[in-house]
Parts: sequence; C-alpha cells; structure tokens
Amino acid sequence: MSKVEFNKETGPREVFCGLTSIVWLHRRMPDAFFLVVGSRTCAHLIQSAAGVMIFAEPRFGTAILEEKDLAGLADAHEELDRVVNDLIARRPEIKTLFLVGSCPSEVIKLDLATVAEKLNKRFLGQVRFVNYSGSGIETTFTQGEDGALKALIPLMDSSNEEKLLLVGTLANNVEDRFKKIFKNLGISNIESFPPRQSTELPKIGKNTKVLLTQPYLSDTVRDLKHRGCEIISAPFPLGIEGSTKWFLAAAKAFKISELKVHEIISPLINRSKLALESHKEILKGKRLFLLPESQLEISLARFLHNECEMDLIEVGTPYLNKDLMKEEINLLPDNTKIVEGQHVEKQLDRVRESNPDLVVCGMGLANPLEAEGISTKWSIEMVFSPIHGIDQAADLAGLFSKPLRRNQILTSKTLVTH
Amino acid sequence: MELTLWTYEGPPHVGAMRIASSMKDIHYVLHAPQGDTYADLLFTMIERRGQRPPVTYTTFQARDLGGDTAELVKKNIKEAVDRFKPKTLLVGESCTAELIQDQPGALAKGMGFDMPIVNLELPAYSKKENWGASETFYQLTRTLLKEKVSSSEKISPLRWKELGRRPKVNILGPSLLGFRCRDDVIEIQRILSEQGIDTNVVAPLGASPEDIERLIDAEVNVCLYQEIAEASCEWLRRNFGMEYTNTIPIGIKNTIEFINEIHNKLDLPLTNKKELEHKSKLPWYSKSVDSNYLTGKRVFIFGDGTHAIAAAKIAKEELGFEVVGLGTYSREMARQVRATAKDLNVEALITNNYLEVEDAMKKAAPELVLGTQMERHSAKRLGIPCSVISTPMHVQDVPARYSPQMGWEGANVIFDDWVHPLMMGLEEHLIDMFKHDFEFVDGHQSHLGHTATQTKNFINSDEKKEKNSKEGIIWTESGRAELTKVPFFVRGKVKTNTEKYAILRGIPEISDETLYDAKAYFS
Ligand code: SF4
Ligand code: SF4
Repeated sequence: MSKVEFNKETGPREVFCGLTSIVWLHRRMPDAFFLVVGSRTCAHLIQSAAGVMIFAEPRFGTAILEEKDLAGLADAHEELDRVVNDLIARRPEIKTLFLVGSCPSEVIKLDLATVAEKLNKRFLGQVRFVNYSGSGIETTFTQGEDGALKALIPLMDSSNEEKLLLVGTLANNVEDRFKKIFKNLGISNIESFPPRQSTELPKIGKNTKVLLTQPYLSDTVRDLKHRGCEIISAPFPLGIEGSTKWFLAAAKAFKISELKVHEIISPLINRSKLALESHKEILKGKRLFLLPESQLEISLARFLHNECEMDLIEVGTPYLNKDLMKEEINLLPDNTKIVEGQHVEKQLDRVRESNPDLVVCGMGLANPLEAEGISTKWSIEMVFSPIHGIDQAADLAGLFSKPLRRNQILTSKTLVTH
Repeated sequence: MELTLWTYEGPPHVGAMRIASSMKDIHYVLHAPQGDTYADLLFTMIERRGQRPPVTYTTFQARDLGGDTAELVKKNIKEAVDRFKPKTLLVGESCTAELIQDQPGALAKGMGFDMPIVNLELPAYSKKENWGASETFYQLTRTLLKEKVSSSEKISPLRWKELGRRPKVNILGPSLLGFRCRDDVIEIQRILSEQGIDTNVVAPLGASPEDIERLIDAEVNVCLYQEIAEASCEWLRRNFGMEYTNTIPIGIKNTIEFINEIHNKLDLPLTNKKELEHKSKLPWYSKSVDSNYLTGKRVFIFGDGTHAIAAAKIAKEELGFEVVGLGTYSREMARQVRATAKDLNVEALITNNYLEVEDAMKKAAPELVLGTQMERHSAKRLGIPCSVISTPMHVQDVPARYSPQMGWEGANVIFDDWVHPLMMGLEEHLIDMFKHDFEFVDGHQSHLGHTATQTKNFINSDEKKEKNSKEGIIWTESGRAELTKVPFFVRGKVKTNTEKYAILRGIPEISDETLYDAKAYFS
C-alpha cells in the first residue's frame, strides 16, 4: 500500500460541466438525441466544446429558456412539449431522446422526470424519453456520462445469462479489439454499455460481470450493483500495466487461468513495449502536473509514471471515488500528491512554482501556460482519442510526448541564424 | 423556449467578457457555476491569446445553494481584488446566478473598495452576446465619466482649432472576438493619420480605465462597430456633446464617405481627395477585364449587421454582383439591414436559426455565399463557394497575416477573399467556351470539381421533393439530361428559372425543349 497524500481544495474552478459529455455520447449512439433544457450559456458551451461546426445537423440541441418560461413552470412544461414535438417531427429517426437538465432548469426546479414520463406515454413505441442532469452545479465534465448511463439502467431488461459487460464509452475500434481479445480468452458473451444503438440496451442481472472502462461512473456502478450485477475490481485499461491487470481481473471473474491470459496478451505486450520506447525516451524524468478535469488523471498519472518514468508533481482530480480508484491508487508511487477539487489560482501558483515540464489541463488554460513557457496537453483529447488497451499504450504516450517533442524542434538550434 | 442546434451569439455575459478581456487593468468577477468557465477558451483557443481572460468565476455548486452563496461571492471578490489589483472592477452574473438573485454587484459595492465598481445587470434570458458587450462598454464608460458630466462644457468638433493642435478622435467598438478588429484598428488609424487626424483613444481594445476617462479629450468619436459602440457614442453625445461618425469604412465607397464625414464634422479640408480611389487595388482589379466574369454573379449575404450591410454595398456597387439574399442575426440591427435589403429589392432575413438561413440560401440559389462559419458549412453542403465575412469567430478568422476588412487594405483583402473561392475569369471563360467538351461534364470541373458531385446530389434530392411539390412539376428524362449538361455553376439558376417559367406557363412537365424555351424567355 503506497502512502498517497490526499488533499482537498475548494475555490474557483476551471473545468467543463457535465453537459460536455454529450459531445461524445451523441457520436456513440447515433439514434439518440440530447436535448439540453437550459440557457443560451448551455447552448454556447456545447457548441464551443464541440469545437468545429462540422455536422449537418448535430444530434444535440438546446431548448433555451426564455423570460416567459421562468415566470411559470406550467408554461415551461408546455413550451418543452412544443419543442419536443417540433424536434421529433423534424427528426423522425430519433429513437431515444435524452432530456438533459442544466443549472438553470435545476434552479427553477423544472421537473424533467415528470415531463419525460408524460412524453413516454404520448410517444409510446416511437421514441423513448430519458432524463438526467449534466448541470455544472452538480456535475463536472465526464460525470455527465455517468448521469446519462445511470438514467438508462431502469430501461434495461433483466437476464440471468452469464456475460461480461464493458461499461463506459469506448472508441469503436478499441471496443472491437477488446471483444476479440476476450473471445480469445474464452469469454464470448460480451456486451457494451452504452451500446452503439440506444435501443439495443444489454440485459443485466446477477450473472452480469461488470468491467469498467472509465473511472468516472460512480452512480452507474452503484445502480448496476443494485440490479445484482457483480463489479469486477480492477485498475483501468490505460497503458500496458493497467490493461494487463484489467484483463487478468476479468479472467479471474470468469475462472480463466492467468497462464492463458499471459499466453494471449504477451505478444501484444511485447509489441507495445517496443512501440513505447521512443516515447519513453522523451518522457523519462520529465516532471508532470495534472490539473483536474476528466477524472482520468489518476490512471494517466499511474501510466505516465510507471511505464513512461515521468515524475509526478501533483495529480488533480475534480472528484475522487476512493473505492473505484482503489486499485489505481495502490499502483501509484509513494508520496504521490492527489488533490481533489480545485482552487484554480492557487493551483496555478503551484504549477509556476514547481516549473513542470508538462501540464495536463483544460483548453481554457493551455495557451496561457504555453505562453509562460510550459508545455501542455488538453485533457479533453483523452476522452476523444482511442487510448484504451495494450495496443494503444504507445499512442497514449504519444499524446504526451508530442508537445515535448514539438518544443524540442521549435527551440533546437540546428538552423544557422544570422 | 427556443430550440437551438448551433447559435450565432453567446449569452450576454460572454459579451461582457469580451470587453473585460479587451482592456487592461480591469477584472470581472462573474457569479457562475463551474461549467461557465468554458468561455475562457473562446479567448485562449479561438483568439489564440496567451493570457487568460481577467475573469474570476465564483463556481457555486448545488450544495452551496442552500447556504450562503452571497458569502461565496464576497470571498471571491475579495480574493480577486487582492490578487489582481484591478483599477476597475466589473461584477456580474451568468444565467444561473441571475436566478438565485444574490445581486453580486450590490454586494461588491458594499465591500468598501476604493476603485470604481461597475455593476452589470445583463438579462440572460432575453439578451445576447453583442448586446451584453455593448451594455458593458456603455456602463463602464458611464461609470468612469459620470463625475465629469456636470463640470464639462459641450465638446465642439472644432475645439482643435482653438487649442491649436491636430484634431483628435476616439476609435470605439473594436473588441476581442470581433471580426478582424485588431487589423481594422491599425488600418483606420493609418488612414486618419494620413488625413492629419490623431487617435486619442482606441476602446475597448487595448484601453485601460484611465483611457476611458480620457475619451473627452477628443473632438469626435469614430463609431467603428455599431453593435458594440453605438450606445456609448450616443451617451457621450448626449452628455458631452461629442459627435460621432455613422459610416463604417468597409469598402472603397464607404471608406471615402467615412473620410468625408469625419472631415465635415471636424471642418478639416480634404487635401488629397483625388488620390483616395487609388489607395486600394479593388477599383482597378474590379474593372480589369479578368473581372468581367464577376458581372451579375448572384451572392447571398448573411452575418452581423455591420458586416452584412457593408458587404451588400460592396457586392453591388464595387464588384457588380447581384445580391439575391441579405440577412442578419443581430436583431438590434434589423432596421438598418431591412433598409439596405429594400434598396436591393430583396427581403431581409432576420433570424437566429441557421437552418432557416440554409433554406433561404438554397432557395436563392446563389453562386457565392458571404456569411459566417455557419453559412460556410451550409454552403459546403450545397456545393456553393463561400467566403466568411462576419462573426461568430472561428480560429480561421484570426489569421497570422495582416488582413483587415476596413479601409484601403481591407478592400484589397475583401477582393481576394471573395473572388478566390470563385473560379478565375479566364478559367471560367474557357469552361464556357468548351462546355460541351467531355472534360467538363460532372466530376471534371476545375477547382470546384469536388463540390460538383454534391451539387448534383443536391439537385437530385431536390428533384425528389419537387415531384411532390404543390405545383407538381416534373422533370422528364430529356429535361433532366439537358440540365446536367449545364455547367454546374449556373445549373441552380437555370433550374430555378426553368421551373419559374414552367409555373408561369402552366407546363406540368419540363423537357429539354422547356429548358430552351425558358432560356430564351429569360435572356
Ligand atoms: S455550468 Fe450550468 S449553466 Fe453553465 S453551461 Fe453547464 S449546465 Fe449550463
Ligand atoms: S484545380 Fe485543376 S483546373 Fe483548377 S487550377 Fe488546379 S489543376 Fe488547374
């Protein structure tokens, strides 16, 4: 057991709110639509987080509350009804409509659960309505996914069939890889949650063995437990070490021998170690500071220290579920400083004082830090890139070595200057 | 409730952030939940700024709501003042804080600071970004200058003569996240200085609170961007008698008119009137024979009020285009845009819904779109060339090179930016001459070859709908075959015209002959 130092910090934060999860969830489930019930700020947030305006018609939108909606809740319900009707008329291919609560809708106590219930009756057999909150007063960034998944659990039928359930959004190619490896191990009944179609929800029950792919799913895990699912305790499948232990934990739950696992994954491990070398050369001995945003920070810190030999200055996380993170924390080096929450100004003071070689942070902070001469990596890239699994370890390391390599190129003195 | 997929403007507090971030020695305490901090990235990523916006968010959470959020506000204000030591403090709230009614501005004022505090009340449920920017700039100007109102005499535009110095003006309106503002300021200052006019203050971009207090040292205000500066200019006129200019110097004619307007106000003789037209290449480039092909090109224009109006004038009078659509998302500028549209015989489109704009664009079947990034995407889908002329900002709209929109250089930039998405004259000419050559059937058209297939799809999918349309017009095999032979860049127009003709004549089916009849009729 390592002697990890836990700290809590409160103050002004610099993190995305839970609405941001929509940006990857809507790509995962193309038959779903995410309707935020919120303000112009909420609309602007997802637009800005989605970055480029590339979609013909995005599968998300905002029902923007206006002055008259605030005056009376009854009117707001009626208005929401109207907006939903318009939306469904326009997008008849939608199968699941998520009503996503925001700060304003929560503060005025708009009861989206009741609205969803009514709409479910009206659109029975056509569209399913689900509600959850992605508000910034309740959730940060990745926690929105936790809310969305938790909201789907009551819709999942029961089944006592033995299966492995991978929980948390993965890139499709990564998911396919995992399924293939599990099949080689002898686990053939594998499903994913969220599924690739919102209507194809896996059935769950007491023989469902849940393996988490993402660390930010506390509420989802709790509800899956309530439904009788068994949660396999494991670190997260980031890097060779995390992925190996993750496969081993699953194998153990399915009574598959360790030997078999090693037999199947050691060629992958060898290949991946080789690929990791060139990145390790750059990362080794470099000092890393992780600002809180995605809740992936602890797993990333573990990978970057244990496999890439980086030194950890501080590991920030917006929220810490010690239970879910137990296996990860055990793998951290002694005296790792974990800081839950944030006071962005004080944290930035510590960044400057410690003069790190690389900072993992949100997009709002990256350029200002670069301007101060500190290399950065955006946390949001971690939730969009395929980074999970043994095969992706080098790619994951590459996300961090690239900014350092770039700085080397740009400051190199090989060109003669006059 | 308004359903939005993409929006042209952010909430009003983002407008306030634009003012705060544009200026020096100002700090903005924003009562807001953590997620609202996304707005920082508009400045650090889109504008590529190397500094964080000078904004402290109170970051209240659900668990704070039962307790004392007011205390949280005060704590954050105190910390921000201690840390950043601003010369002026802006205090405001985002949409969520507005609902919990802590009145942070009033709280700040009760805290005993000696710096000026501007209490921003920006109704988030009825107003938007540009309004928020305008109101913030206005409140700031008013707060910093209100003590001088009574003591000051009305400022005559001729004061410079009495004082025996060159006339001085303020340039008001440019801000961060404004379209090419940084370069516009340089261009306009250069033009003014050539005319013997000094710049007193540029605000908000680059100004400090002291600069705002110095605004009244100038004789006249240049209202460079009405969306942001008009309210302040009007207040300065009412309270200090300062006159302000109305012409936005985008395009040659407007730049000349702008120079004339300011000279008239200042009673300054125009020394080099004849030279003006030759300051920019646009007039000659536009006259050169290569530009013949620009004649009557159908353009669709949509953007903020200032840029859309200016674009319409340039398109028609300086490039010889035909404006087939004009609109804006700036409701505050609706009146002016409507007036311009009326002059051009088109109906102004005032909307916040980009899908409506896309529909209008489709209907107008233009050959060029001048719009925002949103229209760029719509145009791409329709296979129409497009140039971006207005906010909302995209990282592409913050180019590294000098590329103003205003003044002489701005006109050069506009000529290039608008014409390059089209085919060059000679190229189009050749295609026209050889249009029956197999090279020029679909998929083989020059630069725009890759979009041609999209054009075809767009027409095909339109045809499907068309069959079910009220008019019930059907394109026969021969009609459709003939239509595909028409070069893609005029195909939309030919199609619309032919259908118009068919409806006019009550022809239910369009054959190749109908197409030629229509061509003869409209030529
Ligand atoms: S923090 Fe709240 S108000 Fe702000 S964007 Fe997120 S949900 Fe909307
Ligand atoms: S796209 Fe083809 S036709 Fe056009 S300039 Fe290039 S090479 Fe020539």
